[in-house]
Amino acid sequence: MPPEESSPAHPVVTLRGVGKTFERGTVALDGFDLTVRAGEFVSLLGPSGCGKSTALRIVAGLSQASVGTVETTAGHSGGIGFVFQDPTLMPWADVATNVRLPLDLLPGDAVTSRDAVARALASVGLTEFAASYPRELSGGMRMRASIARALVTGPQLLLMDEPFAALDEINRFKLNNDLLALWHDLRRTVIFVTHSVFESVYLSQRIVVMTSRPGRVFAEIDIPASQPRNEEFRTSADYAGYCRQVADALAGAMAVTS
Amino acid sequence: MTGDRVLRMALPAAMLALVVLVWDLTVRLFAIPPYVLPGPGLVATTLIADRALLWQSLLVTLSITVQGFALASIGGVFWAVVFNQFRLIEYSFYPYAVILQVTPVIAIAPLLLIYMPQSLAVLVCAWIVAFFPVLANTTLGLNSVDHNLLALFELYKASRWQILMRLKLPAALPQMLAGLRIAGGLSLIGAVVAEIAAGSAGAGSGLAYRIAESGYRLNIPRMFAALLLLSLAGVAIFLVLSAVSYAVLRRWHESAIRRER
Repeated sequence: MPPEESSPAHPVVTLRGVGKTFERGTVALDGFDLTVRAGEFVSLLGPSGCGKSTALRIVAGLSQASVGTVETTAGHSGGIGFVFQDPTLMPWADVATNVRLPLDLLPGDAVTSRDAVARALASVGLTEFAASYPRELSGGMRMRASIARALVTGPQLLLMDEPFAALDEINRFKLNNDLLALWHDLRRTVIFVTHSVFESVYLSQRIVVMTSRPGRVFAEIDIPASQPRNEEFRTSADYAGYCRQVADALAGAMAVTS
Repeated sequence: MTGDRVLRMALPAAMLALVVLVWDLTVRLFAIPPYVLPGPGLVATTLIADRALLWQSLLVTLSITVQGFALASIGGVFWAVVFNQFRLIEYSFYPYAVILQVTPVIAIAPLLLIYMPQSLAVLVCAWIVAFFPVLANTTLGLNSVDHNLLALFELYKASRWQILMRLKLPAALPQMLAGLRIAGGLSLIGAVVAEIAAGSAGAGSGLAYRIAESGYRLNIPRMFAALLLLSLAGVAIFLVLSAVSYAVLRRWHESAIRRER
């Protein structure tokens, strides 16, 4: 939801004082606070190993916080969609079956699920490839299928863990635009993990810059540029200015780390 | 590409023709008696002359092999799933599955023949050698599921049954099929070993028994004919299982897809 028309929305995710220590003693997160409101697009930005993926997994319930509280209003079944860094598709099943998987796992009827799959495929432009197998698709199209799968349950919250890191720049820019359009149309809440300053500024309303070992919030930066954003924004002076501001914050976070 | 395929068919055929020719010439040139080394012509004639006897023996051996293979496949996959689902059962039984595998079947066969009727002992031998590759490969496949896919199934609160049927078993298919291909050849070996160990005569005697019997009677051409049939049976089993594997994996697994350059 564009910021200018949003009244203070209710929080979808609230993390308070969250810490995560792995079995081998690595402290991934320490005193991590995060509030994400309905309709927001928030990026977690930081160097590799700063615990941003761990934070995302904790929000999804795939990992348990060692200390602190985690609250989410999207915890019901199908309320959260997750997109991994790899497309993580089942290679033995065609695209439609892969996208339908969440609906197959959750209780529901077949007719509505056929419509939902068709809608999800259309939203990422893969309608014609429903019967293709993942290996027959390009990397960008596999990632689209993965996003369609995350959207098929109509989740309130979409979690994305460096989804475009493995793509070339042309595909990444295209998927950035498509993701923004999707977000604008569907009005979901998105938490997006990335290590790219440029990507985070282009996509987000708010960027959470993290330090590493342990992962903590170093700075929160609002990107008040209006939506919809497009290639014009990508080459604007405003964009460059935000990027410099965020890059400075990231440099500061790295200095704290080392 | 087609040229490559022609070569792959033509070269082995040419080699076979060459070997048969050299074999035939050697036998004729040095006048080797047939009870030492029969020529290819004599082996072929014997194959036709003894066809009723050899065919019946082939059916006996193949029937045992297929039964042993079927039991090993079903048992191997079943126990791999049980081991995968219940760790304690895996810890309790897996070492014994390994012991069963590493003990040479030729050493077990005489013992089995004491406690069981001959046909059952032969079947058990075929099963013993074929069981382990199915078990080990399927276990490996079930354990190598993509961790992110597993996380995805957990995100949607999939039941254990759903994870097994929709994720683990399909993911294990390539390894399972590799295990089955090995098991096909091994069950034939198990059946042959047990038949040789059994060595008793009778209507229900397989090809391996024919080889041993012909050896005692110095009927060397029939030995060769029976051996030839055994090899062909082994090749046929391998081809059938490879075709099944290809048909199942053709759309999605790298092993079944031709690389384009």
